[in-house]
Amino acid sequence: MKKTNQMKKIIYAFAAIAFLSFAQSCKKDSEFLDKQPTSTLPIDAVWKDPNLVLTVVGDLYDRYPDYQTIEAWWAFTDFDEGFASASGDYFRHQNLEYGYDAWRYWDMGVYAYIRDLNMFIKRGQESTALKAEDRDRFLAEARFIRAGVYFEMVKRMGGVPLITVPLDYNYSGDPSYLQYPRAKETEIYDFVISELEAVKTILPDNASVQSRATKAAALAMESRAALYAGSIAKYSNSQLTLPGGEVGISSSLANGYFTKALNAAKEIIDGGKYSLYKKNPNLSENFAALFTDKGSNPEVIFAKDFKLKTNKVHGFTIDNQPRSSAEEAQGGRLNPSLNLVQSFEKLDNTYASLASVDGSGNPIYYSGITDIFAGRDARLAGTVILPGTQFKSKTVDIWAGYQLADGSIVTGDNFGQNKTNVLPGNTGSVQVVGADGPVDGLEFSAQSGFYVRKYLDPATGSGQIGTRSEVWWVRYRYAEVLLNAAEAAFELGDLATAANYIKPVRDRAGLTTALTPAQITFDRIVHERKVEFAFEGQELWDMKRWRLADKVWNGSNMSANDFINATNIGSATRTSTQVFGLWPYKYYNPGNANHLKYVFKVIKPSRVTAAHRFRIGNYYSSIGQDVLNGNPKIVRNPNQ
Amino acid sequence: MKNKFYFVIGALIAVLFSSCKKDNYDAPEADFTGRIVYKGEAINVQYGQVFFELWQSGFGNYSALNVNVAQDGNYSAKLFDGNYKLVFSPNQGPFLWKKNAAGRQDTIAVNINGSKTMDIEVVPYYMIRGASLTTAAGKVNGFCKLEKIITNADGKDIESVALYINKTQFVDGSNNIATQQINGAAIADLNNLNMSVTIPTLVPTQNYVFARIGVKIAGVDDLIFTPVTKISF
Repeated sequence: MKKTNQMKKIIYAFAAIAFLSFAQSCKKDSEFLDKQPTSTLPIDAVWKDPNLVLTVVGDLYDRYPDYQTIEAWWAFTDFDEGFASASGDYFRHQNLEYGYDAWRYWDMGVYAYIRDLNMFIKRGQESTALKAEDRDRFLAEARFIRAGVYFEMVKRMGGVPLITVPLDYNYSGDPSYLQYPRAKETEIYDFVISELEAVKTILPDNASVQSRATKAAALAMESRAALYAGSIAKYSNSQLTLPGGEVGISSSLANGYFTKALNAAKEIIDGGKYSLYKKNPNLSENFAALFTDKGSNPEVIFAKDFKLKTNKVHGFTIDNQPRSSAEEAQGGRLNPSLNLVQSFEKLDNTYASLASVDGSGNPIYYSGITDIFAGRDARLAGTVILPGTQFKSKTVDIWAGYQLADGSIVTGDNFGQNKTNVLPGNTGSVQVVGADGPVDGLEFSAQSGFYVRKYLDPATGSGQIGTRSEVWWVRYRYAEVLLNAAEAAFELGDLATAANYIKPVRDRAGLTTALTPAQITFDRIVHERKVEFAFEGQELWDMKRWRLADKVWNGSNMSANDFINATNIGSATRTSTQVFGLWPYKYYNPGNANHLKYVFKVIKPSRVTAAHRFRIGNYYSSIGQDVLNGNPKIVRNPNQ
Repeated sequence: MKNKFYFVIGALIAVLFSSCKKDNYDAPEADFTGRIVYKGEAINVQYGQVFFELWQSGFGNYSALNVNVAQDGNYSAKLFDGNYKLVFSPNQGPFLWKKNAAGRQDTIAVNINGSKTMDIEVVPYYMIRGASLTTAAGKVNGFCKLEKIITNADGKDIESVALYINKTQFVDGSNNIATQQINGAAIADLNNLNMSVTIPTLVPTQNYVFARIGVKIAGVDDLIFTPVTKISF
C-alpha cells in the first residue's frame, strides 16, 4: 500500500516535469532566447521618457569634476589655507614641492566621460519621441557639462584635443585617424565660451533651479572662464608658452576676454534674479549660513546637492566639527591657518597682524579670548571658528595652557587634561589645556588654534557617521559674479565700475567704508577673492592664472616674525609657504593685574617641516607618458 | 613507487633552477657619471631639483630615466649597456640647452658599454665669478661678481641674489637657517655684490656652518649657486 503511494507520487512528478518541458519547447527559439535585460535599458527606450533621460543626466552631473571640495577636506590643506590635523595627512606639510603630475586631469576616465557626453548629445539629437522643449533642455545641459569638463581640463593641462563627436575605432589596425593633436589653449577657452553662449538661451532662466544648469550658471561659468583666459593672456610668462600655442595666450587677446567676462557677469547682475544672501542681521552668522541654508537661497547659482537618508551625503562635518562638542570621537581635521586668518582686514579697510605683542615686543594681555579678533571683517568669524566662539550653540574650548610669571608654560598632552599641583599656590587639580587643544601633534585638536566653520552643517546629527550631512557644495555663487565683474572692469581700466561691483560684497562683510576707485588695485582684487572664497576651491586656480603661484609658494622658509606686526599682508606676492598658528594662553600670576588674562603666541606646528614650492612646471600639469606614447601628436607641457 | 618519487623531486629541482635562470636579469652595472659644465666649470645647482632624461628605444613603450644632478653639478647613474639619448627638458636648470632645427631640445647620443664618464656642456644664463665666503664677528660675509653669459634675446634679468647658510651641507632656498637677499632691482653693479648674514644660535651647538650664494634668474625655476663652503668660526 505504502509502495504504490510512493510510485504514484513519482509518476506524477515525472508527468509534471514532462509537461513543463514540452510546454517550454513549444515556444520558438527566438521567443525563448531574445529577452530584454532587466538590469539595463536600451537607448531608444530611454529617449522616450523624460524621467529616464533625467537619470542619465543625473549620472553626467555626478561625474562633474572638482578638486578641492567638501568631499575631500584634505585638499584644502595642500597650500596655505589650512593645516591638516590628522596623522595620515601631515605629509601635506612635509613635501617640499608639488609633483609635476599634481592636478592632472587627462586620462582614460576623462575622455570616457567626454565620450559619454558626446554620445548623449548625438542620441538626443537623433531622438524624436521626446517633446522638443524637454529634449532641448537635456541637450543644453549636456553641452553645459561638457563645457565645464573642458574648462577643468584647460585650466589644469592647457590645450587638449577637442573632441565633440563620439569617435569609434574601425578595427582596421591603424588608429592614427583617432589621434588628435592638442588644440590651442585659446581654442579650448573659445570653445567653452561659445558653447555657454549658445546654451544660455535654451536653459531655464530660473533662480530656484540650483543643482541643474540654468542660464545664470552658464553665464557664471562663462565669466569665470573668460576671466581666466584674460588673466593668462595679461600676466603671460615667456616660459609658459609652447610654439604651437597649446600653452600660453597672446597678451593682445587679454582685453577681448576681459570684456566677455564683464558682459557675462553683467547679464546675470542686470537680470536681477539673484542677490547676496542677507537673511541674518548678524553678519558672521549670515556668512556661515550662506553655505548651509538650502531654502530659497538667492545667492547660490549652481551647486552639487546632497540629500539625507540617501547615499548622497557627505562627512565634512564629521571630519571637521570641534572635537569638544563632536557627535563622534573625531573631528577637527581642517584647521585654518594664521596666514588666512590675519588676511581678514580691519573694519577701517587696513591690514594688520593679530596683535599678540606691541610695537616693542611685549605681550599684550586680553581679558576676553575673542578680543584679539575684534573689529575685523565679519567673514572671519563666518569662515573660521575662533577660540571662544560657538558652533551648534556650544563654545569651543581652545587654549594651549597657562603661562606663569616667569614665562614657563604649564600645559598637557591630551584634550582638556587635568593636572594636580602644577600652578603656584594652587594644589588642586586644574584643567591645563582646552578640550579642543591645541596640542602640538595631537590629531583632531586645533593645532593652528582655529577650526573651520565654512560648510560645517549646524543641523543635529550632521556630525554622526550614521546620519552625515546634506549641505551642498556651491560651485558658482552671486558674490563671485560680482567679483568677476569687478576684476574684469579693473583690468579694462574702469576703476569706478570695479569699485561699484566690489562694494556690495564688502558691505555684507561689514566693511562699510567703501573703497574709492583709486583704492582698487590688483592687490585688492587678489585679497578680496582670497578672503571671500577661502575653502571654496578657488585659490589654486586664481594663483595659477595670475601667475602668482611661484611667487607666493616659492619654497622659502617662513618664521614667526612674518606674522608679527607684518606690513605686507595686503601684498599679492607675500610669501605664504608654511602654515602657522596662533595659540592663546592664560596668564597665571595671582596678584598681578593681568592674572588670568589671555596672551597669544604665533607658532609653527611642529608637523610643518617643509616650505611649499610651486615650480614653473607646475602651472600646467604634466601629461602622462601613456598618453604621449599612445598619440605621437601630443606635445609635452613646458618646464618639466 | 620509489622511482616515481625521485623523479618528481628531480623534476622539481630542474624547474626551480631553470626558473631562476629565466626570470632574473643581472643588475645594471655600468656607471654613467660626470658633471654639468660650462667651459670646464661645474654648474652648481639645488639638490634634487635639476635632472636630465635618458631615453632608450626598442623596449616597448617609451619612458624617461630621470637622472638628478647633485649640488656640485655631478651626476651618476647605474645603467644597462645600450644606446641612450640624453636631453634636458625645456627650461630645466639655470641654463639653456641647444635646440635642433625644429626648435625642439636637441638630444645627445650616449653609448654605454661599461662605465663611462662624460661632462655635459650647457650654456648658463649667468656665471658667478670670484665668490668669496668669509666669517667675521658672528657673521658670514659673501662677495661675488656675476657675468652675464647669454646676452642675446634669450638672456634674462636677475630676480634676486641671496646668501644662504645652513647647519648641514645642503644649502639652498628651502634648506637654510638664515639668508640675506638682494633684489634684482637693487643691484647697481654686477661686479660688486656684497651680502652678510648673522649666524643664529645653533642648537645643538656647532662651530661651523655651510654657506653659498645663489642667483635667481627671472622666470627660471632653478637657481645657480657657488660651491658649498664650510665655514668654521
